[in-house]
Amino acid sequence: MDIHEYQAKEILKDFGVAIPAGGLAYSPEQAVYRAKEIGGEKWVVKAQIHSGARGKAGGIKVCSNDHDIWEVADDLLGKRLVTHQTGPRGKVVHRLYIEAATGIEREIYLGFVLDRQSERVMVVASGEGGMEIEEIAVKRPQSILRQSVEPAVGMQDFQCREIAFGLGLPAAIISQAVTTIQGCYRAFRDLDATMAEINPLVVTKDGRLLALDAKMAFDDSALFRHASVSELRDKSQEDPREMAAADRGLSYVGLDGNIGCIINGAGLAMATMDMIKHAGGEPANFLDIGGGASPERTAKAFNLVLSDDKVQAILVNIFAGINRCDWVAEGVVQAVKKTELKIPLVVRLSGTNVEEGRKILKDSSLPIIMAETLADAADKAVAAWKQATGKA
Amino acid sequence: MSILIDEKTPVIVQGFTGQIGTFHAKEMMEYGTHVVGGVTPGKGGATHLGRPVFNTVKEAVDVTGAQASIIFVPAPFAADSIMEAADAGIRYCVAITDGIPAQDMIRVKRYMLRYKAEKSMRLTGPNCAGTISPGKAMMGIMPGHIYIKGAVGIVGRSGTLGYEAASQMKALGIGVTTSVGIGGDPINGSSFKDILELFQDDPETKAIMMIGEIGGPQEAEAAHFVKENMKKPVVGYIAGLTAPKGRRMGHAGAIISAFGESAAEKVEILQECGVTVAPSPAELGTTMAQVLKKVS
Repeated sequence: MDIHEYQAKEILKDFGVAIPAGGLAYSPEQAVYRAKEIGGEKWVVKAQIHSGARGKAGGIKVCSNDHDIWEVADDLLGKRLVTHQTGPRGKVVHRLYIEAATGIEREIYLGFVLDRQSERVMVVASGEGGMEIEEIAVKRPQSILRQSVEPAVGMQDFQCREIAFGLGLPAAIISQAVTTIQGCYRAFRDLDATMAEINPLVVTKDGRLLALDAKMAFDDSALFRHASVSELRDKSQEDPREMAAADRGLSYVGLDGNIGCIINGAGLAMATMDMIKHAGGEPANFLDIGGGASPERTAKAFNLVLSDDKVQAILVNIFAGINRCDWVAEGVVQAVKKTELKIPLVVRLSGTNVEEGRKILKDSSLPIIMAETLADAADKAVAAWKQATGKA
Repeated sequence: MSILIDEKTPVIVQGFTGQIGTFHAKEMMEYGTHVVGGVTPGKGGATHLGRPVFNTVKEAVDVTGAQASIIFVPAPFAADSIMEAADAGIRYCVAITDGIPAQDMIRVKRYMLRYKAEKSMRLTGPNCAGTISPGKAMMGIMPGHIYIKGAVGIVGRSGTLGYEAASQMKALGIGVTTSVGIGGDPINGSSFKDILELFQDDPETKAIMMIGEIGGPQEAEAAHFVKENMKKPVVGYIAGLTAPKGRRMGHAGAIISAFGESAAEKVEILQECGVTVAPSPAELGTTMAQVLKKVS
C-alpha cells in the first residue's frame, strides 16, 4: 500500500526525522492560509499523488506571494497529473501540501528496501540526491553506499556513521544523520514498510539535515497489525477496478489488450497471458480468482472483466485441483446467464472431473467455445476476438 | 528415490483441527502420507482424524517421532509456527499459508540459522502448493492424481502452473520423482538453487523442470548454478512476459522492480547458462520429452 508524501513525513517526524514546516490544503483559500501559518517568504506548493517525478509533471511549484499560491493551488486541484510512474491515465490531485521553502546546500539520496538477495532490510544512500535511484545506478553507480541490517539486532549506529561519513557529511551533523537513518529504519521495521525513501535529504544552507521529500510503501500482508497505517489509504489514488477486485478477494491488474482473462492461480494466469500474446493477441487484464473458483467468485470475476470496455472476448482457464471441474463449469454457466454475455467466451477446463465439466458446458447450449489445451485455448480466444471485431 | 519426503516420513500437521488443515490432512492421508498427528494449541489430548492432537510441536515430536511438518496456520501466526517447528527438531517444513508479512519471513530465516547443519530445518514455501513424491507421499494441497511416478524433478513457484506442467508431462507418459513448490513470496524458505542441489544428488532424477516467474533474483541465481554445477538437463519456463514493470501480478513476489527481473531478461540468462527454455507454457511437456530423449 502506498501513502502520500505528507503522510510519510508525518510518520518519519514521529521517529525523529527533521522535516520542513508544512500543512495540508484542500482548496486555494486553505493553501494561502497554510502559508500564513507557516510564515516566511517562500513556499512550495506540492501536489499529493501516489507517484514520484511530480516536479517534472508540473506538480510542484515555488511561490512567493498569496496570489501565486492561490493561482497554483487552483490550477493543481482536480488536475490529472501524468508521470512515468502513474501510467497514461495519470492520477488526480485532491490534496496539496504547502511547505516552507528551504535553502539547499547539498542533496542526498536515502532509501530503505527489502533486499531479496540477502533477505534483509538494506539501506541505500548516495551523495547524488534529487535524481531517482534508477538514474543514479546508471549514471553514478560508484556513488551508491549500502548497509544490510542484521535482523536479530537491528540497525547499528556504526552502520549509520559509515554511511554518513561515506557521504562526506560535515562532522557537525553526523549525529543528526545517525538519528535520521535510525529513525527511518525504525519506522520501516515497526510499521512493516516495504520501501522508504527520502529523496532528497538535504543539508540546508544553515547546516541542518531536512527531509524534503518522502515516500513510503507498506506490506499489504502486515496491515492487519497496523490499523494506523491502514487509515492512511487514499482510494482516490488507486485503480477503481483493482480496488473493487481486492474488496472481493480477487487479484486484478488492468492492462491494455482486448482479451479478458479469468484464471485460477497467479502463475497460470501469467502463463495464459503469455500464451495469448504468443497466439497474436493482447490480454486485457491479469486476474487470479484463487484456488476456490466457487460459482460466486466466478460470477464476480465475469462482472469485473466486463467492466472494462476494451474487452472484446473472454478466456477462462481453470485448473481444478481440489475443486472439481463440474463445479467450476456450473459457476461459469451461471455467470454467463447472469451477465447476459454478448462477447465470445472460450473456456478451458483441466484437472479433476474434466469430462463432467465439459459436458455441463456443452449441455448448457450457451455459445461457449470449448478448448482442450492451453495452446488451443489461446488460439481460439484470439481467433474469436478477431472474428468478433472483423479483424480476421 | 525421491527428495524431501517419501512414504516413511512421519508428518505432523500444524493447524490440524482447523477447517483447511482438516480437509487437506484427510487428502494427504488418503494419498498414503504417513501422518502421525497434529498440533493445535489448546486442543492437546484430543484425537482428530484418528490421530493424536498436541499443544506444542515439541510434544508432538517427542511422542510421535515426527520429522516433517506442514503448516496451515493463519498468516498472522504462521511465522511463529515455523520457528516452533525448527526449534522442536522438525527437519522438513512445508508452509502452505499465504500472506505472511515479509519482515516475519526475514526473522524466520534468521532464526533458522541458530541450528547446526545436522539439526537444522529445511523450509519450502510459504504461499506454495507443497511437495509431492508421486506414489509415495504428499505434503500439500495439490490434486495427487495428476502426477505419475517417474524420473523428472519439478520445482516451481506457482501451484496451478506446476499442475499444468505435471499434467502435460503425464499426457506424454512422463513421470515425476518429486515436485516441490517454493512459493510466490519475495522471501521464501528454499530457493530454486536449493532444490536443484537436492535433485542433482538424487540418483532417480534424470532431468529437472524449473518453473519461474517475474521478480526477484532466484531464477538467475539458479541459472548460474546450473551452468557451473548441474550435470542433469534442466528445462525452464518464466511466466510473465506480458507483465508490466512495477505491478504486482498476484503473488507478493511477482513484481518487476529491478534490472534482470523481467521474464525476457530471465529467459536470456537461463538460455545463456544452458537451460532449455520452453518456447511457450503449452510446450512444457513436449520440451521435456525432447530433452529426455537426448538423455537416454
